[in-house]
Amino acid sequence: MIILLMYIAIFVAAMIGYKLIAARMQPEHDFTSLKTVTFGDESAVVSNRSASIISVVTIFLIWGSFTGSNLIPSFLHMPGPFVGETSFDFEATDSTGKTDDGTVSIVVHTVDDPKDAPEVEEDTTGIADNVAVKMAAWRSALISSNDLLNKDLGTDVKVTSVNGEPVDAGDIVNIGTGTLRVTDKGSLSFEPNKGWQMEEIWLPAPESVVSRLIEISQEGYQNVTLAENLGWSLYRVLLGFILGSLVGIPLGYAMGLNSWFRGWFDPIVEFMRPVPPLALIPLVIIWFGIWETGKISLLFLAALWIMTIAARAGVSGVGISKVHAAYSLGASKWQLLTKVIVPNSLPEIFTGARVAMGVCWGTVVAAELVAAEKGAGKMIIAASKFQNTDIVLMGIILIGIIGYSIDILMRQAENYLIPWKGKG
Amino acid sequence: MSGLKIDDVSMRFDLPDGGSVQALKNVSLDIKEGELMSVLGPSGCGKTTLLNIVAGFLAPTEGAVILNNHRVTGPAPERGMVFQKGALFEWMSVRKNVSFGPDMKGMPKSESNQIVEHLLDVVGLQDFKDKAVYELSGGMQQRVALARCLANDPDVILMDEPLGALDALTREKMQGLVLKLWKETGKTIILITHSVEEALLLGERLIVMAPRPGRIHKEYRLPFAEMGVGQDLREVKKQKDYGPTREEILTMIWNMEEEIMGRQESAA
Repeated sequence: MIILLMYIAIFVAAMIGYKLIAARMQPEHDFTSLKTVTFGDESAVVSNRSASIISVVTIFLIWGSFTGSNLIPSFLHMPGPFVGETSFDFEATDSTGKTDDGTVSIVVHTVDDPKDAPEVEEDTTGIADNVAVKMAAWRSALISSNDLLNKDLGTDVKVTSVNGEPVDAGDIVNIGTGTLRVTDKGSLSFEPNKGWQMEEIWLPAPESVVSRLIEISQEGYQNVTLAENLGWSLYRVLLGFILGSLVGIPLGYAMGLNSWFRGWFDPIVEFMRPVPPLALIPLVIIWFGIWETGKISLLFLAALWIMTIAARAGVSGVGISKVHAAYSLGASKWQLLTKVIVPNSLPEIFTGARVAMGVCWGTVVAAELVAAEKGAGKMIIAASKFQNTDIVLMGIILIGIIGYSIDILMRQAENYLIPWKGKG
Repeated sequence: MSGLKIDDVSMRFDLPDGGSVQALKNVSLDIKEGELMSVLGPSGCGKTTLLNIVAGFLAPTEGAVILNNHRVTGPAPERGMVFQKGALFEWMSVRKNVSFGPDMKGMPKSESNQIVEHLLDVVGLQDFKDKAVYELSGGMQQRVALARCLANDPDVILMDEPLGALDALTREKMQGLVLKLWKETGKTIILITHSVEEALLLGERLIVMAPRPGRIHKEYRLPFAEMGVGQDLREVKKQKDYGPTREEILTMIWNMEEEIMGRQESAA
C-alpha cells in the first residue's frame, strides 16, 4: 500500500518536473507542437521517451531502495532492520515481595556477518540475572525465564517490569530498538525493529540477481547451463509453432476457400479457440506423457487454432476486385492461390504468428513448471523449492526479455517482408 | 462474325426473403470491333451486372454473350477488366503488375519485358516502373491498371467506373488517355460510368439504361469521342451539340430517379 502511494507520488512528481524542465528547454517546433487540441486526438499522443526511461529507473530505484541495494546511494534506502547492540533492564519479584534488577544485553547482527554475544557479568546473588543474547536481524529471540531468573533463590519468581514499566504475561513493550513480548510462561521474546527493507529471501537486491545471472550463465544451475535452459524453451516454442503453422495455415486456407471445409471445421476451431492452452495440460499429460511429446503437442495445439484463424481471415480479406482482375488476366486457380491469395493474406498471417509466438512462449513456461528436465520454467520452479528467490526473479526477468525480443523481431521481420501491410 | 454480341440477356435471381429481382431484362446489343461504348444509368439499373456478365463473372439466366463466335462462360484474358480501385496487387512493383497477364501465360521474360516497357511508355509511367503500387497516386494507379489490362492484348476492354475515384483534374487527364489508347490500339471498349459528361466524351455510342427491370432505354451515336482524340476535351465540350445532349440525358436520368423515388414512396 505504501509502495503504491510512493509510486503514484513519483509518477506525479516526475510528470510535473518533466513539464517544468521541458518548458524551460528549447521549445519544439514540429507540426504536433502546434496542435491546440491534443486531448482526444490520438495522433497527438505519442509515447514519451523520457517517461519510459523514468518509469524503468523508478522501478529499479524502488526495488533497490527496499532491498538496501549497493547500486543506489544509501540515503535513498528505506530504513533497514535494526543492527547493533541494545539492552534493557528488568526487575524480578518473588512471592515474598523481594525484588532484584537484571540487564539483558543484545547484539543484533546481519545474517551474513555473525557476531559473538556481548560479555556480561553473571549475577548469581539475586533472583534476577544478567543475560547476553546474539541474534540475526529480522529474526526474533526467545530469552528463557530460566536464564533471566535464578529461580532457586526464591519462590514463584517472575519478571514484573521492563525498563521501569510494570509488565504481565502477554504484554508487549517497546524498548526503542525493538519490541518485547512477555510470554505466558514468563519468558521474554525480543523482536528487533524490522525496518522497511525486504529480506533477501522475499526480495533479493538487484545486484544479487545480476551476480546470480553471471554465476548461473557460467556454471549453470543444477548441472544445466542457462543457455541450455533457455535454448530448450525456445526450441520447444519454435518446433510447436512451426508444426502448428504447417497444419494451421493450409487448414485456414481451405476454410477460406471451400464451404464444406469451412462448415466442417468452423465448430471445432471456434470451440477450441477460447480454451486456454494451459487448460489442456492435464489432458495432454494423460495422453502424451510429461516429456517432449507432451509439451510439443501442447504448443502445437496452442499455435494451431491461432494460425488457422489468421489464415482464414487472410483469405477472407482478399478484395473481390483483385480476384476478378486475376482471373480476367488469365490466372488459373493455382496461380490465383499462389500469386494473389497467399501474398494478400501474409499481413494477417504475420499478425497471427506474433500472437501465436506470444501464447506459445507463455505456455511453454507454464508447461515446464509442471514437468520438465530442462527449460526456463523448470529452472525457476526448482529454484523456488530451495527458496532461491534471486534465481526465480532472474528467470522471470529473462522470460520477459525473451518474450519481448521475440515480438520485436517478428515486427521487424514484418516490416521487412511485407512493406505493403495496411496499404491495399 | 467478329465482335461482341449480347443476345437477349436476362438475369433474375431469388432473394432469401422469398422475393426475386429482375436485374436485367431482354438486353441485346451488337458491338462492333473497335467500338467505344459507354453505358450510363441511374443506380440499380443493372449496368454493373451487365458488365459482370460480359466479363464472365456472372451467368445470365437467359440469353448469352457471344464473343468472336463463341459463348462466354467465365472470365478469360480475351476480355480485360479495369476496376474503379483496389484491384492492383500491392505486393508487386508497377512492372510486375503490368506483366501479370503475360506471366500467367508463361510468356518468356524477354518478350514480356518488351510489352511492359512499351506500355509503361504509353501510359507515362516509365520513371515509376520499380516503385511499389501503393507509393503511387490514385491517377497513376489507374494508369497501371490500364497498362496491366492492355499487356494481355485483350479483344474487349471492360471498364467499371475506372475514373470514378479520381479528382476532377486527374479525371480529365485520364479521359484523354483512355481516348488515346482507344485510338492507338483499336480495342473494343465498354465503359460504365455514372457521370453524364464522361459518358458523352468517352462514347461513340452511348447506352442509357433504365432500372426495374434493368433494360436499355435509349441509344445515342455521338461524335465527341472522335473529336476528343488528340484534342483538348474542354474544346469538345464547347461544341454546340454537346450542351443540349447533356441536358437531354440529365433530364432523362433525373426523371428515372424521380420515378424510383415516387414508387418507393407509394410502396411505403
